[in-house]
Amino acid sequence: MNALVNIGNLLKSAKEIFPFHGGVHPPENKAQSTQLPIGQLALPEKLVLPLRQHVGNIPKVKVQIGEHVLKGQLIAEAEGTVSAAIHAPTSGTIAAIEDAIIPHPSGLPDRCITIKPDGKDEWIEKKSQDWKAAERKTLVASLRLSGIVGLGGATFPTHIKLRADGKSGVHTLVINAAECEPYITCDDMLMRERADEIVQGIAIAQYLLGAETVLIGIEDNKPEATQTMQVAVAGTGMQVKTVPTLYPSGDARRLVHLLLGTEIPHDKRSTEVGLQVFNVATVLALHRYFNHGEPSIGRIVSMTGNVNKPQNFEVLFGTPLLHLVAAAGGAKPETSHYIMGGPMMGFDLSSTDVPITKAANCIIAASPTLFEPPKPAMPCIRCARCADACPVNLQPQELYWFAKADNFEKARDYKLFDCIECGACSYVCPSDIPLVQYYRYAKSEIIATDKAQEAADLARERNDFRLARIEREKLERAQKHAERAAAQKAEAAKKASETQTSTTPEANIHAVSGDAVSDADAAKKAAIAAAIARAKAAKAAATGDAPKNVADADEAVKKEIAEIDARRQAVGIEKPPADEEKQAKIAAAIAKAKAAKAAAEAAKLNENKE
Amino acid sequence: MLIALYIMLGLALVLGLFLGFAALKFKVEGDPLIARIDAILPQTQCGQCGFPGCKPYATAIAEGRADINQCPPGGDAGVHLLADLMGVEYKPLNAENGAEKPKSVAFIDEEICIGCTLCIQACPVDAILGAAKHMHTIIASECTGCELCVAPCPVDCISMELIGETPDNWKWKYPIIPIKPAFTL
Repeated sequence: MNALVNIGNLLKSAKEIFPFHGGVHPPENKAQSTQLPIGQLALPEKLVLPLRQHVGNIPKVKVQIGEHVLKGQLIAEAEGTVSAAIHAPTSGTIAAIEDAIIPHPSGLPDRCITIKPDGKDEWIEKKSQDWKAAERKTLVASLRLSGIVGLGGATFPTHIKLRADGKSGVHTLVINAAECEPYITCDDMLMRERADEIVQGIAIAQYLLGAETVLIGIEDNKPEATQTMQVAVAGTGMQVKTVPTLYPSGDARRLVHLLLGTEIPHDKRSTEVGLQVFNVATVLALHRYFNHGEPSIGRIVSMTGNVNKPQNFEVLFGTPLLHLVAAAGGAKPETSHYIMGGPMMGFDLSSTDVPITKAANCIIAASPTLFEPPKPAMPCIRCARCADACPVNLQPQELYWFAKADNFEKARDYKLFDCIECGACSYVCPSDIPLVQYYRYAKSEIIATDKAQEAADLARERNDFRLARIEREKLERAQKHAERAAAQKAEAAKKASETQTSTTPEANIHAVSGDAVSDADAAKKAAIAAAIARAKAAKAAATGDAPKNVADADEAVKKEIAEIDARRQAVGIEKPPADEEKQAKIAAAIAKAKAAKAAAEAAKLNENKE
Repeated sequence: MLIALYIMLGLALVLGLFLGFAALKFKVEGDPLIARIDAILPQTQCGQCGFPGCKPYATAIAEGRADINQCPPGGDAGVHLLADLMGVEYKPLNAENGAEKPKSVAFIDEEICIGCTLCIQACPVDAILGAAKHMHTIIASECTGCELCVAPCPVDCISMELIGETPDNWKWKYPIIPIKPAFTL
């Protein structure tokens, strides 16, 4: 079935490109940063590695301040399922583990590991893996230690996407090399210079997923990259396909639509329809990890915009932003701030004191000439140009009204969470309304409400459980009290029976079981009574015997003791021991008999009940 | 004439049976109103409303024994939701029940804690871990910030810590549009 679908897709895809709805043509501004080859950076003074560099759980720190680490050494380990490891990008000493400003739209500080490089750039022992011979499961498991995340900007841990259990059902692997956003050229340069390595990486991903077809989608504004890729894939069965330049064709679902004509249902993942999408830089990282034993410690970053020498650089994670800016010839005057990501989807960095992270595909130095300050928003004139531009077929104007009015439930109903925040709607809006900002606001409000609701549900559950537990404990206590009272009663009854030795055991049993609340209770009571009687008998036996420490005493002392005993007996302090012992033994026997009979009766009753 | 009568009679019988069956089969258990009110309440179980928990307060609202503006942790938004649900006029929070506060969690100074277990008994959601004569600690993710553990502590080692803004709980702000002339000449 899959094969059939596959062949169908192939035939379709061989024929044509399937355009998606909407899209915009912002000025490309890509030529500036493609004039020079990928540059290398000198080692910076320090490297600051935020723990939060990917989607998912914060990894667990595995190093201590002052520890010496080697290049590629694991310094933070993936925690939980969705998480990624972090490695030392160079050899050096851990200088600090503290909160520092991270590149995040909030501009808030978060936990970071600071490494002071020792300048030797000394690698740990690199262990390449023969991935063709190894089992897929072990390969994917080892990928958890690689720290590789989606380098297109989404930073989703790659080992989750590659969870190959042989049942993934992925028949087509799409390699995303569209790079549709203006200014960004890191994937373009990567393909021009390292096409062979990329193809080796694709082969690994294809093997891990068991995909039959590989499609590489490149926008037609990158002819050089397309050519080098075509040469590199020759004879591998992979196909390079150019797609028309149209923002946002680099969105995974848009690219799949362009290449295959498949519309992935909005509530499903691409794997559910047999597709998986990887960015070119991510597959290159796979190649470096499996074939060279190098974990994810750096990436290509486009440093462009208002700088003297815009260029792409191979940057170690944690490199300070200004170190990169200096390498690009420094910022030109009137640079106002820096943008991380592209001009459409990126965000303004709140500080220049931030490091480069796994998500940083591009840094743009912004100036008022390059990016005009936002014009004041005018009222919505209901022109619906945003709806025409929306690549996800949403109704942005409706979402805007709902978000503006805090009508979040309605916004959710209109599929706010299918919005990819591409900014095409804001770009075409003739009233200059910052539409995407409204969607982001509404999304984070909804997420916060959902989280609060989740917490409330958990609290309700725990409170209910606590109340139930208190109720249960109360019942248990009451039962225990009842049992104790019953036992006391039984003892009293037994004492009574002891005093009237003439009555037959039979009569006693009836007396006791008649008093009992239930048969089980009677059995228990009798058992307790027996135990008490036994204890008494033992005690009696002990007191009845001669003291143990007189065996070795000499004759005179023994004689004296005997005299004292005789005197005591004469005045009646102590009964003759033999007599008491006998009595106690009789009592114990009676109690034992009672217990046995009551238990038998209880068992019989239970049987009848059942 | 008679046939028509029989048909109507038969129909009435069939429909009556069906309705009777439906009434039994799809019977709604309990009072759904209490559950709906309870779903709006923030479940801090703090008792600031004067009832021993959120469910008793929800029951009291449903029975008309309590007003809708007695829940400070639910805040203004909560009162609005309750007003909508109950079909009554919104009214501001009753100051007698306390004021709306930013969310916080309890924190035990483990140096001072003597391990008396009083706070463990006070916690409505079992968010305190510890044993007699061993220091206690708060399970922060389970703490609702109800402050019920603060008062029973004999050595005052429990304090309420504000949950600050982190990249985790940070929210995008409402876009503020500067009021400026649209055209500058």
